Amino acid sequence: MRIHITSVFVDDQGRALRFYTDILGFVLKYDVPAGEYRWLTVVSADAPDGTQLLLEPDVHPAAAAYKDALVADGIPAAQFAVDDVQAEYERLAALGVRFTQPPTEMGPVVTAVFDDTCGNLIQIATQPEM
Amino acid sequence: MVDVFKALADPTRRTILDELSERDDQTLFELCGRLTMRHGLTSSRQAISQHLGVLEAAGLVTTRREGRYKFHSINTEPFETIVQRWLRKPDEQKGESK
Repeated sequence: MRIHITSVFVDDQGRALRFYTDILGFVLKYDVPAGEYRWLTVVSADAPDGTQLLLEPDVHPAAAAYKDALVADGIPAAQFAVDDVQAEYERLAALGVRFTQPPTEMGPVVTAVFDDTCGNLIQIATQPEM
Repeated sequence: MVDVFKALADPTRRTILDELSERDDQTLFELCGRLTMRHGLTSSRQAISQHLGVLEAAGLVTTRREGRYKFHSINTEPFETIVQRWLRKPDEQKGESK
């Protein structure tokens, strides 16, 4: 068994696609009409056949409550790996991305948390060489 | 109003203040991460939230809502009463008063 797709609930798929590609740098994988919404996934630019991130509409009534409760406590909905959290923090902050936690050493890892503008917090982390 | 001394009597709450004195405006998630990863504390998020409630009732922590986020900061004002009680003696204050 492999992890093939994971998802975040977004409040606007068009805005989400722009943020996750233009700002974060992911690449569109699939954009397929699916009823009222789209089957919309992105992948890492350096791993086009890797795990996809599904930008899933948060239309279920429970999704909004779930997102609000997580965000209020600062809890990320997803985590992405970066080579250098500090450099990525500076790059994203310069593009106007709002961070709820600047780069912070958490034991062996450095993490930071930002707002994806679609209702979620996202954590980025640099892990030491394994 | 919860007594400042009672609020400070708990080591986890003192550690929370240590971490907040390093950086203001922390989410509950950040605080829990610091306590776990830096101090090996295994308290649940709910327990930390309750500790924050005690610190807030004692006036040692303030919370601020910004949009959908909630941030916690240290408030050192209650320590002023401690300083005045033992460190700034009335005699010294007399000299300063007009």
